[in-house]
Amino acid sequence: MYLPRLILRNALRHRLRTGLTVLGLAIAVLAFGLLRTVVDAWYAGADAASATHLVTRNAISLVFPLPLTHRERIRRVAGVRKVSYSNWFGGVYITERNFFPRFAVDAGTYLDLYPDYLLPAAERKAFLLDRRGAVVGRKLAQTYGWRLGQSIPLRGTIYPGSWEFVLRGIYDGRQPNTDEGIFLFHWDYLNETLRRNAPRRADQVGVFVLDLMHAEDAARVSGEIDALFKSSLAETLTETEKAFQLGFVSMIDTIVLAVQVVSLMVVVIVLFVMANTMGMAAGERLPEYATLKALGFRPGFLALLVLGESVLIALLGGLAGTALTLPAAAAFSAQTGTLFHGFAVSHTTMVLQLLIALGVGVLAGLPPCLRAARISIIAGLASLN
Amino acid sequence: MALPLTYIARNLVARRLTTALTAGGMALVVYVFAVMLMLDEGLHQALVQTGAADNALVTRRSSETEIQSAVSRQDAAVIASQPEVALGPDGRRLASGEVVVLISLPRQGSGKPANVVIRGVSPDAFLIRRGVRVVHGRIFRAGSAEILAGAAVARQFAGTALGAHLRFAQREWTVVGELDAHGSAFDSEIWGDAQQLMQAFRRSAYSAVVVKLVAEPRLESLRARLESDPRLTVEARRESEYYEGQSRLLSRFILILGTTISLVFSAGAIIGAMVTMYSAVAKRTAEIGTLRALGFRRREILGAFVGESALLGFVGGAFGLLAASAMQSLSFSTMNFQSFAEISFGFVLSPRIALLSLAFGVLMGLLGGTLPALHAARLDIVASLRKV
Amino acid sequence: MQEASEVPAVRMQQLRKSYHRGNQEVPVLNGIDLVIEAGAFVALVGPSGSGKSTLLNLIAGLDQPSGGDLEVFGQELSVLSEGALARWRASHVGFIFQFYNLLPVLNALENVELPLLLTGLSRRERREHALAALSMVGLSDRLTHYPSQLSGGQQQRVAIARAVVTDPLLLVADEPTGDLDRASAEEVLAMLEELNEALGKTIIMVTHDNRAAQRARRRIHLDKGELREGADGV
Ligand SMILES: Nc1ncnc2c1ncn2[C@@H]1O[C@H](COP(=O)(O)OP(=O)(O)O)[C@@H](O)[C@H]1O
Ligand SMILES: [Mg+2]
Repeated sequence: MYLPRLILRNALRHRLRTGLTVLGLAIAVLAFGLLRTVVDAWYAGADAASATHLVTRNAISLVFPLPLTHRERIRRVAGVRKVSYSNWFGGVYITERNFFPRFAVDAGTYLDLYPDYLLPAAERKAFLLDRRGAVVGRKLAQTYGWRLGQSIPLRGTIYPGSWEFVLRGIYDGRQPNTDEGIFLFHWDYLNETLRRNAPRRADQVGVFVLDLMHAEDAARVSGEIDALFKSSLAETLTETEKAFQLGFVSMIDTIVLAVQVVSLMVVVIVLFVMANTMGMAAGERLPEYATLKALGFRPGFLALLVLGESVLIALLGGLAGTALTLPAAAAFSAQTGTLFHGFAVSHTTMVLQLLIALGVGVLAGLPPCLRAARISIIAGLASLN
Repeated sequence: MALPLTYIARNLVARRLTTALTAGGMALVVYVFAVMLMLDEGLHQALVQTGAADNALVTRRSSETEIQSAVSRQDAAVIASQPEVALGPDGRRLASGEVVVLISLPRQGSGKPANVVIRGVSPDAFLIRRGVRVVHGRIFRAGSAEILAGAAVARQFAGTALGAHLRFAQREWTVVGELDAHGSAFDSEIWGDAQQLMQAFRRSAYSAVVVKLVAEPRLESLRARLESDPRLTVEARRESEYYEGQSRLLSRFILILGTTISLVFSAGAIIGAMVTMYSAVAKRTAEIGTLRALGFRRREILGAFVGESALLGFVGGAFGLLAASAMQSLSFSTMNFQSFAEISFGFVLSPRIALLSLAFGVLMGLLGGTLPALHAARLDIVASLRKV
Repeated sequence: MQEASEVPAVRMQQLRKSYHRGNQEVPVLNGIDLVIEAGAFVALVGPSGSGKSTLLNLIAGLDQPSGGDLEVFGQELSVLSEGALARWRASHVGFIFQFYNLLPVLNALENVELPLLLTGLSRRERREHALAALSMVGLSDRLTHYPSQLSGGQQQRVAIARAVVTDPLLLVADEPTGDLDRASAEEVLAMLEELNEALGKTIIMVTHDNRAAQRARRRIHLDKGELREGADGV
């Protein structure tokens, strides 16, 4: 047909300008995609949470531990299949910059609760047999170049002293958003040391993680557990693992909000660039539009001509930006190491990217499109000189 | 002789729509850039203001935060008795054994929980932290379950207003006053009587001891003395440096995220400027030919177009900065990754930030304008005169 | 004037110019010998495409010849660097174009003042000179008008003021009346005559308008890159 060919020719008239605009759109669409993926990554922990897991912690705040003796009473609540527990260890690996989560966990039960951590049977056995053993995610091991059998020193911050662990296993995530940046070791090892050096701090647990037989029991079981310890020295707060993880995100939700606002801003910026390009093109071609009208073309044809060009350029940029998002996300994920886990570009993000490009194309094309459709033949021809 | 600024500026005015769209894009980028720097500045100011240079904070060795630390009562007494510690009006040493814990409170509005620092202090704390005052109500009575809420806490957390009752650690606490700490981190804390809070939380040890130094430089001798004392495993830090350190991770995060975003966005804005300036050159080809015929040299044409796009960037930068400066009345609160505690701070616009933002705008203009300007300067006179 | 009477305004020998289209050479001027005395008013006429503008551009130092010698007021143009050539143009040549080529964002006064920026004059002197030039072309009452607010004839008069404001020895005009109605064209031609007779400016004017050509004191015909001298006088 005549119209598409004309649109394409017009788009190619100022190759440099069209090229720059496509590039600008690609960058904006890419930035939007990456920022959305960053926000998704923050929620990845919550998304990966199992529906049958509950987390019990001290009601005052996470800083306060619970006595290990709670474990037996929790296990006896109807509907609870298995109970494990962990302590946030803190600590420093060489320098403060090397941040990754370190947990002391009840080794026997903890790995059973997290089947998404794929650990070879031999490594699992080696870990269970070595009190100083540690298990880490694949990404973490890669970041620091750790090998099995290697010893890893941590300087204690919450638990003073120098700690030495031997790497016994490296797990892979079963899901793309499984966190491969965690360092796990034996709670028993921590507790023995505390018994010797700080007996008042021994036999304390950071959180209990429990696995339910049926996900529907979550509300009832939470209520029963918290009632059990009401008015005791260590009151508990039990919530689903998802809610527990979301609690962390909500603490930095202003930052999440800021990132979301900023990712909208990039769309506005590129809308400006695109509107500018289309406005210029239309301004230059007013005499041509007038000529076309003089020849008998209807305003609708002119509107399609302008809008078509705008949408074509925008979609080109959108496609390029979306296509670049996957490799860019991979590079970003490699750069930031273990800071974000489960850094995966979702399908929703990609669809949104294309929709945004389309929207920018339509919005930017609208004013010049109206201008072209409304131009008077005399005025347009007069603007020739 | 360069082409006059009026010529440069009027060309921008002549293309009002294009100029507005291009400068608008740049303004948004500068806005993001400035707000990011202002946020970081606000964070620094809040945390730097928190600590005094003539206060020393003594914690258990190798604890990163007060919350991780524990200092027994005996150790606290030893620390307070050091000769580097200043004397109060009543002749006793100015030292405050403090217990610092986090409690989870629901935020105003969203009801989502956030961690708030509860600091148990000794009566001397107000003599040691001179910047902290009780503005509404009164100070807590020793031995009672009374607490003081920081200004930011009272603003952001439900049920922390004057006279309200808070339940934690199996007790009912009454808010009897509001603290004003001039935007420092203490504004994001709840203070109470150390002895009462230790009982309630079943703590036998302080978290840290804060002392007023006789003079700022005496920190070194205090540190040496404490660290060589065989009875103690503690370290002494300047309070101001401790709080500065507390901001490091969050500050680095804000700066890295902000800078990356600004850079990527500026690429978009620079491209916008390039589109605009290339079209300006194309539209004014005959004009450029005329100027060259009149005897202006290539470098003067270059200067005029580079100047035009730099001005474009400056205008964009100025508007972005203006929008950013409106953020100064707002405050931002988030969890500090290092202490896990909620901290509230403002957007602070310093002259350095204003200058950096404008320079960033001009730089974007220059980067976007240089190629088109070179193109303009390279145009052949005769060929461009034929383009009338 | 004394110096001018000794040195001719323009002297060219075997001047050649060709353009390249791809790797094909398009000859435009094929070895032109021409002397134009100082103080002359010359009309360069000939059919469209014969190379009139090309020759004028060479004389005005806008373009480089492909071969031959060219001296303008005793200055060999080919030895000048590009920057020096620009400064030479600024002080020696005034330009008048068919489409006036005023800067649309500058008003009449500012347009005239523009070439003075290349001189060492102070701001006040520049203003005085520009005002004088505009009053000479009869536009003292249009100082703050922008080109779009002026008629074609008025725009061309501003352009003439701009051309003479630096007091150059040579004025070059490429089809100065080509875009004007008869009355305006008359005004412009009268002004050029006046500039030639009263102020002794050397004027070289390209035109295909016969009436315009008649106003000049000498006519040179150019056809397919070759010169043919017309009868001097009427
Ligand atoms: N830049 C150029 N590239 C190629 N050919 C040119 C160029 N400029 C002029 N010409 C050719 O040179 C010839 C003379 O042009 P010109 O001097 O403008 O003619 P006139 O002014 O007499 O009408 C024409 O045939 C034209 O096509
Ligand atoms: Mg011509």
